[in-house]
Amino acid sequence: MRVAVLKGGRSLERAVSLQSGARVEEAITALGHDVVAIDADEGLVSRLKEEDPDVAFIALHGPGGEDGTVQSLLELLGIPDTGPGISASVLCMDKVQAKHRMRAVGIPTPDWVAFGATAFRELGAADAFEEIEAGFGLPLVVKPAGQGSALGVRFAGDPGAVPAAIVGALSYDDRVLIERYVAGRELAVSILDGEALPIVEAIPEQADLFNYEARYEIGRTRYVCPAVLGDAEADAVTAVALHTWEALGCGGFARVDVMLGGEGVGPQVLEVNSVPGLTDTSLLPIAAEAAGISFESFVERALELALGE
Amino acid sequence: MDPARPEDETGRSPGGRPHRRSHTTSADVARYAGLFAQRTTVMRSSAMRDLMEITSRPEVISLAGGLPDTSTFPPDSFAAQMTRIAQESSAKALQYGPTEGFAETHEVIEEVMRAEDMRPDPGDIVVTTGGQQALDLICKTLLDPGDVVVAEGPTYPGAVPVFCSYEADTRQVEMDDDGMRVDLLEELLAELDREGRRPKFIYSVPTFQNPGGVTLALERRRRLVEIAREREILIVEDNPYGLLRYAGETLPTLYSLDGGDYVLYVGTLSKILSPGIRIGWVCAPPPVRAKLVLGKAATDLCTSTLSQYFVREYFAEGDWLAYVDELRDVYRSRRGAMLRALASYFPRQATWSQPDGGLFVWATLPDYIDTTDLLAKALRENVAFVPGAAAYADGRGSGSMRLNFSAQTEEEIVEGIRRIGAVVGEQVGLYETMTGSFEVVQPEEHDDPSISSAARSGGDGANPGPASGDVLPFHRKPLRD
Repeated sequence: MRVAVLKGGRSLERAVSLQSGARVEEAITALGHDVVAIDADEGLVSRLKEEDPDVAFIALHGPGGEDGTVQSLLELLGIPDTGPGISASVLCMDKVQAKHRMRAVGIPTPDWVAFGATAFRELGAADAFEEIEAGFGLPLVVKPAGQGSALGVRFAGDPGAVPAAIVGALSYDDRVLIERYVAGRELAVSILDGEALPIVEAIPEQADLFNYEARYEIGRTRYVCPAVLGDAEADAVTAVALHTWEALGCGGFARVDVMLGGEGVGPQVLEVNSVPGLTDTSLLPIAAEAAGISFESFVERALELALGE
Repeated sequence: MDPARPEDETGRSPGGRPHRRSHTTSADVARYAGLFAQRTTVMRSSAMRDLMEITSRPEVISLAGGLPDTSTFPPDSFAAQMTRIAQESSAKALQYGPTEGFAETHEVIEEVMRAEDMRPDPGDIVVTTGGQQALDLICKTLLDPGDVVVAEGPTYPGAVPVFCSYEADTRQVEMDDDGMRVDLLEELLAELDREGRRPKFIYSVPTFQNPGGVTLALERRRRLVEIAREREILIVEDNPYGLLRYAGETLPTLYSLDGGDYVLYVGTLSKILSPGIRIGWVCAPPPVRAKLVLGKAATDLCTSTLSQYFVREYFAEGDWLAYVDELRDVYRSRRGAMLRALASYFPRQATWSQPDGGLFVWATLPDYIDTTDLLAKALRENVAFVPGAAAYADGRGSGSMRLNFSAQTEEEIVEGIRRIGAVVGEQVGLYETMTGSFEVVQPEEHDDPSISSAARSGGDGANPGPASGDVLPFHRKPLRD
């Protein structure tokens, strides 16, 4: 079988994507298939036409690769892919739309408000800061609406820090998401073909919980898998993650990020990554392995799902 | 600890290409992590590095690198020199050489140092694999974990990982338009005294500082050397750009003021000939030099013999100063283009240094702009710079950026600055819109004056006045009428 691995691209997560892609290529080769590694650039479509692969493994993270664009192109060319489907991609990449969908079906997600960059100039959105703080309390979590990784995510601990955090987030996207902060444990539920894998808990070594650097670096964040949780807690987290998977129409594989708050708060879904990182230190491979699924087996399964097997 | 190995340990590619065995399960990662030395936990890797990866895309105008323009070196003469080496000294040029470098290379180094009025003792020189190795060897020789190193703030971004990997406690001293604030250095040393600590060395790029673009004033140079002698502290003077002066009077190096007792001098041919040949050096008093040589022997036995033969051939032709002149002309004019573009396209809240030489301008934005975030936005416009945080070991510098003017054409520099100016302007506008209704003090002037605003009155950027004395706070567009 001839498998195209799409990686790199122009996204800011290019470096991570190249690592994910390299690892997937290794696995596909080990499985005995032909690999066509493609760095997604302006030659992508013509390259795909020329190589005519049987299936494409999407290892692209961030806008372009993860938001349904590449999947639309693959669909046009009649190449099946490992992604979750175009509509789920669109929903997962857009944190705001995903949260609306979650809320509509009763999935707990932290309170939020979202603005386009123009809202500040054209609608005086900044005049509502007081209400946001009064409603959500401090600190506030400020994120770009459509960036898959922790890039541009900031905590604003006091009112004066909010505008700078918004300026930072809007460096990555045209819309900003301001969210109520949920104190708790940072959990990730990886899902393969509708089955939840063991829960991973990320325990940052340093106080900064949302540290982009720590996520990709050995030794900066400690991962525990399976996470040490009571049965009831683990069940609740898994249930909410599977509900989210279903509500957003996911397929293939995905990772649901959940904050487990304290008493009365419970699990709160932050976001879903439709092409989660597959690097050495990424959470999905850790979870798969804890379930006894080697990286090769995971890749094999993802390809089978793409081919409808 | 060997759970769950992947089932395929011997995978071969069906196409016959030997393929790297998959070795990166989380168990492997954990096993490697358990083996890493303590110092690796402070080695820096970052979001910024991931972003920097994108800066090498061909469509990006990169003002990020510190690259000299090697396209100015004539290929014909390179070919002739290398051919001569192959014909006349093939066996020797392909052989190992002495750890401290060839005597002929030492002669070249003496000649280069004489051009800046230094008279090193040939016995003090060690040829290194670039100036970077000199820094590494100096740290290897002098530092125990936790030792204090004093550096300028901001400092050479490439020195930060070196200090980190030797687990130094790096303290950075603010600069102004005249370089390191030596008065603040003295305060820091007094504070360290009270803690019963003494820095192992003071690391300085006194001339056309990377990334600050400023030059240490003469009276501060004298005082710095005095401090070193009084307190018996070593200074590491890193001087890659000394010969690349475009304006103002030449100043004596710390090494020449000190005579080589307390100043370890680090030089390089990277900026006056080629960074690809990896030829740098360090001049150190004999006891230090002996340790450096031992350290180098352990690291790489010797610096490339082939490169040293090339250097010997090249300098034997006697035209090297003419080439430096040529580079100076090219860079002077690129610097002028950058300074004019900054004045035209950066918002009034921004300030920047006015370098008399070297390769860099250091620009500081209002403190609500984080330049790492800004880089993400700038990359969408296909332009790149180095975020200021790279120049600090302690997380400061997020409001600043380093801009290189040696590696791109004048047109590219102007276009690059225009694009950065546009994204900065957008962010300033957004912030002002938000804070118009929000009680946050709008900084008029950046209140951390590390490299504060300075523009020479009346200059056109290419030929500003004397090195100091007539500096004025920078306001809007002084370089353009």
